[in-house]
Amino acid sequence: MRMSAWTEMVFILVVVLDFFLLASSRLKAVIRAAAAQGALLAVMPLLLAWHTTELGHVLALSIGALVVKGIVIPRLLLWAIREASIRREVEPIVGFIPSLILGGVGVALAFAFSSAMPLPTPEQHAFIVPTALSTVWTGLLLVVSRRKAVSQVIGFLVLENGVFVFGLLLSDFMPAMVEAGVLLDLFAAVFVMGIVMFHINREFSSLDTEKLSVLKD
Amino acid sequence: MSLFLALAAVALVAVSGGAALALRRAPELAQRAACALLVVGAALGLGAAALTLAGGEAAQIDARWSVPGGALALRLDALSAIFLVPVFAIPAAGSLFGLAYFPQARRGAEAIRLQLWYGLVTAAMALVVLAANAMLFLVAWEVMALCGFLLVLTEHEKPAAQRAAFVYLTATHVATLALFALFALLGSAAGSFDFSHIARAGLPGTPGVFLLALLGFGMKAGLMPFHFWLPGAHAAAPSHVSALLSGVLLKTGIYGLLRVTGFFAAPPLWWGLALLTVGALSAVLGVAFALAQHDLKRLLAYHSVENVGIIALGVGLALVGRAVGDPSLVLLGFAGGALHVVNHALFKALLFLGAGSVDHACGTRELDRLGGLARAMPLTAGLFLLGAVAISGLPPLNGFVSEWLVYLGALRAVSSPSPVVAWAVLAAPVLALVGGLAAACFAKVFGTVFLGTPRTDLAAKPRESPRAMLAPMALLATPCLLIGLFPSLLVPALHRACAAWMRLAPSALGEAASVAAASARAVTAAAAALLAAAAALGVWRQRRTRGAPVSDTWGCGYARPTARMQYTGSSFAEMLTLRFGWAFFPRARVVPPRGAFPREASFSSHVPDTVLDVALLPVLRSASWGAERVRRLHRGQVQAQALLVAVALLALLGWRFLWW
Amino acid sequence: MTILQSLAYLALFLVLPPLLPGVVNRVKSRLAGRQGPPLWQLYADLARLARKGAVYSRTTTWVFRAGPVVGLAAVASAGLLMAFGGAPAALSFAGDFILFAYLLALARFATVLAALDTGSSFEGMGAAREVTFASLAEPALFLCLITLARATGSISLSGMLGPALPLAWSRAAPALLLAAIALFVVALAENARIPVDDPNTHLELTMIHEVMVLDHSGPDLALILYGASLKLFLFGALFVRLVLGFSVQGLAGLGVFLAGVVAFAALIGVVESIMARLRLVRVPQLLVGASVLSAFGLVLLLR
Repeated sequence: MRMSAWTEMVFILVVVLDFFLLASSRLKAVIRAAAAQGALLAVMPLLLAWHTTELGHVLALSIGALVVKGIVIPRLLLWAIREASIRREVEPIVGFIPSLILGGVGVALAFAFSSAMPLPTPEQHAFIVPTALSTVWTGLLLVVSRRKAVSQVIGFLVLENGVFVFGLLLSDFMPAMVEAGVLLDLFAAVFVMGIVMFHINREFSSLDTEKLSVLKD
Repeated sequence: MSLFLALAAVALVAVSGGAALALRRAPELAQRAACALLVVGAALGLGAAALTLAGGEAAQIDARWSVPGGALALRLDALSAIFLVPVFAIPAAGSLFGLAYFPQARRGAEAIRLQLWYGLVTAAMALVVLAANAMLFLVAWEVMALCGFLLVLTEHEKPAAQRAAFVYLTATHVATLALFALFALLGSAAGSFDFSHIARAGLPGTPGVFLLALLGFGMKAGLMPFHFWLPGAHAAAPSHVSALLSGVLLKTGIYGLLRVTGFFAAPPLWWGLALLTVGALSAVLGVAFALAQHDLKRLLAYHSVENVGIIALGVGLALVGRAVGDPSLVLLGFAGGALHVVNHALFKALLFLGAGSVDHACGTRELDRLGGLARAMPLTAGLFLLGAVAISGLPPLNGFVSEWLVYLGALRAVSSPSPVVAWAVLAAPVLALVGGLAAACFAKVFGTVFLGTPRTDLAAKPRESPRAMLAPMALLATPCLLIGLFPSLLVPALHRACAAWMRLAPSALGEAASVAAASARAVTAAAAALLAAAAALGVWRQRRTRGAPVSDTWGCGYARPTARMQYTGSSFAEMLTLRFGWAFFPRARVVPPRGAFPREASFSSHVPDTVLDVALLPVLRSASWGAERVRRLHRGQVQAQALLVAVALLALLGWRFLWW
Repeated sequence: MTILQSLAYLALFLVLPPLLPGVVNRVKSRLAGRQGPPLWQLYADLARLARKGAVYSRTTTWVFRAGPVVGLAAVASAGLLMAFGGAPAALSFAGDFILFAYLLALARFATVLAALDTGSSFEGMGAAREVTFASLAEPALFLCLITLARATGSISLSGMLGPALPLAWSRAAPALLLAAIALFVVALAENARIPVDDPNTHLELTMIHEVMVLDHSGPDLALILYGASLKLFLFGALFVRLVLGFSVQGLAGLGVFLAGVVAFAALIGVVESIMARLRLVRVPQLLVGASVLSAFGLVLLLR
């Protein structure tokens, strides 16, 4: 197979994982899927920019993504659901089938119209923009439609994955610092969420974010 | 020649109801005379349509008319002829059915009124299809709409009929208003109200024209979301009237859309895409609402929304084809849509007549009260099953053929080089979903009404319908079968109608038509193989199981199953209707069992129409509430009114000084 | 020559299918550490059932008796349209795959009506599930076939599965791969296999297809079982040709095709061994997922 076919496959797998994230109710499987998506993202810079001179930069980006998105954050999340002993997303605000269909529609629109989008740099690969848009859309859907705090963290993670794919578009002159900063933000967010989750769980013996609204009065 | 035949037919059917009135002293004779007049007229009209479809020249008559802008211009081309087929065939069958279903001897004045409007509405529909002048078209349209209103109101003492009729009247007048605006636009742009002038003027396809046509004709055709008047009206009318309303009257909306879009040589691409969207919405939601119904006729009425959606998909594909100049796409989409117009008229009329027979025999249309009728009414059951298979689009009947042509159109779009056009292929999976849901819905209907055992003790012991009711059903079932088996014979007629719509010589579409005809012949071969295999297996099975013993249904170990434990229609469809929870707003009435020894408990649920009962009526009600408040101001004392005038003046003055 | 080839494939289509459930069961048994029934068990069952008499329920009518006959006739005539192993089908025309899908739908309609004719609540339940899942599987099947049509530029099964397929794989591999995955899910659902339906369950409440045919016996049951195996073979032929989309001529092609179909059955056996049946409310999720996957494949080709 040609190199570009492999790259294409990686992009498509990322989108297929988006669908899986939207359709599955088992949190463990969802976290694993998000981890797999993170690992795939780590491969992308290598596939796209393997011929550039700045191999060191690319390699650092790739390893950073793999470690943070593919290993550390998923581990933290797995630890969190084990601690809180929750296994499933029960009754999401938007059901699994509707969110899957919404996701599918978003992906179709992204792939249909992304070529019409004005971009600052020439695209290295035609699938970068639609994949990024699809993944961002999936992340937003997850954040909006799920009740459990863990699912929402996963949503943020997926959202950031989408942003990362967008970043690939600019990888030629993208300062690694920006990406590192984003990763750091996400890491901090997960950390804070972990603490919050721990506290919600201790306070209410459940991880339902809706319970938080009781606190407002 | 053909046009004079058609005019004679119009005259005969228009006066047919008069016979019922004139001979009212001898009611049986009167009804037979009216029916005979209508059938003879219909036969003439069908002859005229057949002559034109077989390759006759388009015929035109022009005469002067005192109405400004109007002319008595009539034209019979192949496009009109296609629509003339259901316009004449269905009322003829319905009128025959009425002999036993709505006898004048028993119904008296009601039956006379019904026959008067029945003949008149048929004539008006034929005139709508034949009119070649906007004024004449609108007059015929209005007569047709009013006759429809009076027909829905046949049993005017029933509150359901009154409500449905007034909703219908409101909706149809909104539609007429849109049509007046539409033809005013077209007429002023072209300088004449004659269709031939408008067509020759080479008008640009403006958004206003299309949106007005979609509102006016879409309302009549029952496209979602303008379908809200339809289920009530078609359920409230007597069954042979429902057959006419659902089978034919809706199609005048489709005819209007075709006629008006035919004025434009290359309509904009978005017209076709918009019609595809509306069609897909109508098809999917129509069948979804049908699944949720428990009244047999209301269910069938929602299926009309679905089928009109399928027709709109075909017409939408044809419009897309015209926009991009792809004759094959135009032919396939148009042929699918136009053939489905005829097919739907046939099997929907058959099903409504079957529903009427069930209602007649059992006195109820509630699915969940019926059951096991196939034993008492085997012939009705067989004919109804034929209609059910046809409307589900299953081979080897006619519903499959027209849906297959629409599919072919969608597949033609997929190989289009233009990416926008290629998206039209999504019509195909939509059709697949609709086909699956429709089959599920008719499995529910047929299974609940005719199969199993009776769920309740009906007051009347159901008996097989009289021959006068079975014969028209058989008359409608025969073409369903023939069209399904020999679709290739119809391709030339559809080809001519399509050429008439595009205002091209038929030869421009010859290649596409011959491909379609060849594929249609292959469908015949496959259907023959299917029937041969079924016959051979049937004979073998019959021999092997002769004299087989009879016993109880296997109850899975449960010793005392009762008829009430059978799956009801509602429970059969529940898993599917759950999927459409976002579109339904079901209303349930529950009396839960109470206490340690509960005596009574009941549960009933109903899915109201979302557009009418959930959106439109509450909005209108609050609007009328607001109007009521405003009206109080008018009723007040003179001083208060003078104060209002003064305040208004001051406000105007202030506005003038501050912002002018 | 091609006509002979088509007829030979058609004969195989009528003879071989009862082998497939045998393969599935053998694989399942082996994976469970059992010996398992012989491969030709279904042939023996069919022969036995065809000789036996039948018992009919009091509530049933001619609809019940016609159900198995129409069901088998429809599936068998769908075989006329299938391009086995890429060889041209016995009957091929533009849009024949639509007729193919609708013939299978006709078979289902007949079976469902026969089930409702018994008036048993269990069979009504099975029928309700069958129509629900079938109407969700139908769009997925069509999306797969349309993806194939777009990739090969042909709208008949003989063209879609014929010589144009290798070229399509080289140009549109990802889309076809997605379509193949979705097609496998549809095949599992349409043939009442785990994770959608459990063919070996013993509780009527959890069945779908089996519970619909509870009241059929003797020759009628033989027709139904044979028809089910034909349907499995048809889906196997479609899937195998899609996945093994390279061109092989003559006897080698036949060998590859048959080996592929057996491998398809073995794959089903493996899936049945390692997966549990899904809860019924989760099945629509799976089928909509298959639709979304194949729609994504189509989108990749349409952009």
